[in-house]
Amino acid sequence: MNEQAKQFKFVGTRPIRPDGVDKVTGRAMYGADLTLPGMLEGKVVRSPHAHARIKSIDTSKAEALNGVKSVVTAADMPEAESKPVAAGEAMINFRDLAENVIARHKVFYEGQTVAAVAATSNEIAERAAALIEVEYEVLPHVIDVLDAMKDDAPVLHDHIFTGGVTPKPEKPSNVANRVEFALGDIDAGFAAADIVIERKFTTEPVHQAYIEPHAVVADMGPDGKADVWCSSQGHFMVRSFCAGLLKIEMSKIKVSAAEIGGGFGGKTTVYLEPLAIMLSRKAGRPVRMVMSREEIFRASGPTSGAAMTIKIGATKDGRITAGDATLCLQAGAFPGSPVGPAAMTAFAPYDLENVRVVGFDVVSNRPKVVAYRAPGAPISEYAVESVVDELASELGLDPIEFRAKNGAKEGTQAAYGVKFGTIGMQETLEAAKATEHYKIPLGPNQGRGVATGFWFNIGGESCAGIRINEDGSVSLTEGSPDIGGSRASMAIMAAEVLGIDVAKIKPSVVDTDATGYHFVTGGSRVTFATGMAVVDASKAAIDELRARAAKIWDVDVDGVVWEDGHAKPASTNVGDFEPMSLAEIAAIANKTGGPISGHADINAKGAGPGFGTHICDVEVDPDTGFVTVLRYTAVQDVGRAIHPSYVEGQLQGGAAQGIGWALNEAYMYDEDGKLENAGFLDYRVPVASDLPMIDTILVEIPNPTHPFGVRGVGEVPIIPPLAAVNNAVAAATGVRFTALPLSPPAILAGTGAGD
Amino acid sequence: MAKQHITTTINGEEAEYLCEAQETLLDVLRDQVGLTGTKEGCSSGDCGACSVMLDGRLVCSCLVLGVEAEGKTVETIEGMADGEELHPLQQKFLEEAALQCGFCTPGVLVAAKALLDVNDDPTETEVRYWLAGNLCRCTGYDKIIRAVMDTAADLRGASA
Ligand code: FES
Ligand code: FES
Repeated sequence: MNEQAKQFKFVGTRPIRPDGVDKVTGRAMYGADLTLPGMLEGKVVRSPHAHARIKSIDTSKAEALNGVKSVVTAADMPEAESKPVAAGEAMINFRDLAENVIARHKVFYEGQTVAAVAATSNEIAERAAALIEVEYEVLPHVIDVLDAMKDDAPVLHDHIFTGGVTPKPEKPSNVANRVEFALGDIDAGFAAADIVIERKFTTEPVHQAYIEPHAVVADMGPDGKADVWCSSQGHFMVRSFCAGLLKIEMSKIKVSAAEIGGGFGGKTTVYLEPLAIMLSRKAGRPVRMVMSREEIFRASGPTSGAAMTIKIGATKDGRITAGDATLCLQAGAFPGSPVGPAAMTAFAPYDLENVRVVGFDVVSNRPKVVAYRAPGAPISEYAVESVVDELASELGLDPIEFRAKNGAKEGTQAAYGVKFGTIGMQETLEAAKATEHYKIPLGPNQGRGVATGFWFNIGGESCAGIRINEDGSVSLTEGSPDIGGSRASMAIMAAEVLGIDVAKIKPSVVDTDATGYHFVTGGSRVTFATGMAVVDASKAAIDELRARAAKIWDVDVDGVVWEDGHAKPASTNVGDFEPMSLAEIAAIANKTGGPISGHADINAKGAGPGFGTHICDVEVDPDTGFVTVLRYTAVQDVGRAIHPSYVEGQLQGGAAQGIGWALNEAYMYDEDGKLENAGFLDYRVPVASDLPMIDTILVEIPNPTHPFGVRGVGEVPIIPPLAAVNNAVAAATGVRFTALPLSPPAILAGTGAGD
Repeated sequence: MAKQHITTTINGEEAEYLCEAQETLLDVLRDQVGLTGTKEGCSSGDCGACSVMLDGRLVCSCLVLGVEAEGKTVETIEGMADGEELHPLQQKFLEEAALQCGFCTPGVLVAAKALLDVNDDPTETEVRYWLAGNLCRCTGYDKIIRAVMDTAADLRGASA
C-alpha cells in the first residue's frame, strides 16, 4: 500500500521534538558527560612528525608514575588483516584503520596516535603521556596532492601500487587508485561545440568541525565483556570496528549511543574507542577519553583537498555537448578519499551525451580523510558548476535557464550508471527562478551566483520495534543516532501509520544489544531507511492489533481493517461491532495473547536522488577583498518533509558549512608538514555575524519507493554553496576565481587591487 | 599541591568544592559539581559552548579558574528553567527548532538570555554580534537568531 496519496495528519507538521526538553535544559547526555565509579581518564601520545619511522617506544617512566593504571601501544593490539570495509560511503582497508587508530612501524602524519595512557586524573594522564619516549627516524614528507603524485615524491606505503590501471605498475606510488566514468564520445562532443571552456581548480581540506569533541567511556570487565558509551554516527559501526580491531566477538561489546554533538560524516569511524577498551581491559577500570579541539583538527577528519581540471563544451544556443573532468583528491595518510562519489556526481545534475570523469585517490602526509556531508560532491560540483556558470555568461544566457536546458530529468542516463527515475532537478530550478530573491536589483560591487547540487542518497540496514504498552502509549526503538531531530520524524511516521497522536509515541535510540544492525547515520539515509523500518514495524503492529480485534469479535482477521487508530469491521457483512481503539485493544492484550508489538529489520533500497539549487548574493569590498554574503536562498527537492523545520535546518546548516568552505576554511601547513591552524581561532568556521538569514524553499517531488515519499535531505545542501559563492564573486568582481577559499588576500590578488 | 576549598553560589544555591589552582571553572562544574549541561567545545575561549554567568557577567567558563568563583554567583543552563517551567527562550528554541544536535544550545541559551536581560529589543545585527562567540555548526544560525528575536518580541508584548 502506498501512503503517498493520502491526506496526512502528522506528516508535514512541526511538533516539538521528543528529545527537545533535555537538550534545552542541559540534561541530555553527550559523549563526555558520563562518569562511572572508579573511572580513569585516558590520553593519547601523538606523533610530532609528518612522516617518520618509529624506532622504539619506552613506556617505563610513564608506567612508574603514581596514578597511571595502564599504557597501550600497537604492541598490545592484534595485527589487523588487509581487507576492505565500508567507512561511511567510502571503502577503506581494515589494516589502515588499525594503523590510524595506533601507529605500528611508521607515522604518516603529525598527530597520529602512537600510544595511550590511562590514569586517575587528566593531569596525571597528561604528565604520563609526556613521559612516554618515542624514538623516531624522520623521513621526507609530502603534503600537497600534486606534489604527492610526482615521480620523485616520498612514497608513504611500499605496498601501494596504483589500482585501476593495467598493466599493474612496477613501482609503489602515492596514487592509490584511478577511477573512470564515461558516457558517449567526448571528442565528438567537443568537436560539435561552439565554445569550450577549460579551467584548473583547487580546493583545500576542510574539517567537519562538529562542536562536540570525540568522546568515549569504555568499561571492560574481567569476563572480557565491554560496555562502551560514545558519541558516534553509528554505534553498530563502533561495535564492528572495535570487535574487528581487538578480535573480540561482537556479542561481547555493547555500545550505547550518547547524544551526538554533530558529526557531518566525521564520526563515521573510530579513533579513541578501541584504545579506551584496551586501556580499560589492562587497568580493570572504566576509562574515559575526550579529544581536545587541537587533537580533533590534527588527527580526525577532515575531507579532501583537491586539484581538478574541468572542460565543458556547448553550442551557441546553449546545449552542453561534452564534459570532461580530471579529479585528484587527497586521501590523507591512507587510501580512501571520496574520489569515487566526486567523480560520480560531477556532471550528474545534467543530461549529457558525452562525459568522461577520471579520478585519482592520492595519499600524502596528512590526517586520513573521513566523510564530510556528501563526500566528494561539493568538491567536484564546485568546479563543474563554476565552468557551467562561465559558459552561461559567455553565451549570454540566464544561468538558471542554461541549467534547466541541460538539466537532468526523469529518464536521464547518468555517466555513473543509473537512469534517473522521478527527480526534482528542473523543479528546483523553476522554484529558484520564481523567487523574489532572484529579482532583487544589485548595487555596486555586488554579484549574484547560482549553482546546483546533486547527491545520490543511500538506504541500507535499519531496524525498528514498536511496542504497544498496556495503557495505549507506544515505545518505539531504533538504532540510528539522532544527529538533528530524527527521533521526531520517526515518531511522526509511526503516528501517521498507527493513527494515534504523535505525543503518545516515545522514540528511543537503543544500544547494540537491543536492536539489530544499523548502517551509520550518514548518506542522508536515516529518515528514509530507518523511517521505512518504522513504517514497516508500525504496520506489523497493526496486523497484530487487527488479529486481536478479530479474536475478540470472533471473526476472520481479513474482516478487520485499521483506520484512524481503530480496528473496525471491514464491512457490515463481518458483523456489527463498535470500533476498538488501540488503547482498548492494548488494555486487554493479556487476555488475547499477551504483549503486542511489531518489528522490522530491513535493508532499505530505492533512496531517491536529491537535487538543490542555491542563490547567493555577495558584496566584495574592493579595498580589502572581504566578501560579505548579503542574501542566500536554498531550494531543494526533499521528496516529502516529515518535520519541515528540521528539513529547513538541514538546508540552512549545509549552506552555512558550504559558505565557510568557500570563504574561510582551510588546513594550513608549515614546511615541516605540521598543521598551523589547529584551533577555532585560526581555522575559522562561520559565526553568527558572518551570515545572513538563509531562506529555504522545500520542493516536494515524492520518492516513489518510500511510503511517504521521503528523500534524504542532509547532504545536498552543502554542495551548491561553493560554486554559488564563487559565481557571485565572479559577478561582483568580473574575475573568475579557481581556488578556494576566497579569502581577502586571494580576492585582492585576483582583482589586482592588492598590487 | 593542596586543593583549595571554594564556597560559591551556583544556580541560587550555596555550593562548595575542592579544586586545584589550575582547574577551570568548566572542569569544576562538569567533574566536581556534576553539572554537565555546560559543554566543552574547545577549552580556548573560541566556541562559547561553555558559556555561564559569573556575577551576572557572561563568561567562557573554560577561561575562568574554579578558584575565581569564590564568593561569587554562577548561573548555568541547569538553572535556567524554573522547575518544569521552561524559560521563554528554551520554549521558543523548541517551538522553532533552533537546535539540531543541541551541543551548542546550552551556551547559546545562556548567552541569549544575557542579551535579553540588557536589551529587550535587539536588532538582527545586534543578536548576530552578541552570539558571534557561540559557534553552531549545525543550524546556520538562522533559526537561532529568529528564536531569540521572537522571544524578545513575546517578552515585550507580555510586559507592555
Ligand atoms: S569550551 Fe570554552 S569557549 Fe569553547
Ligand atoms: S545545534 Fe549542533 S552545534 Fe548548534
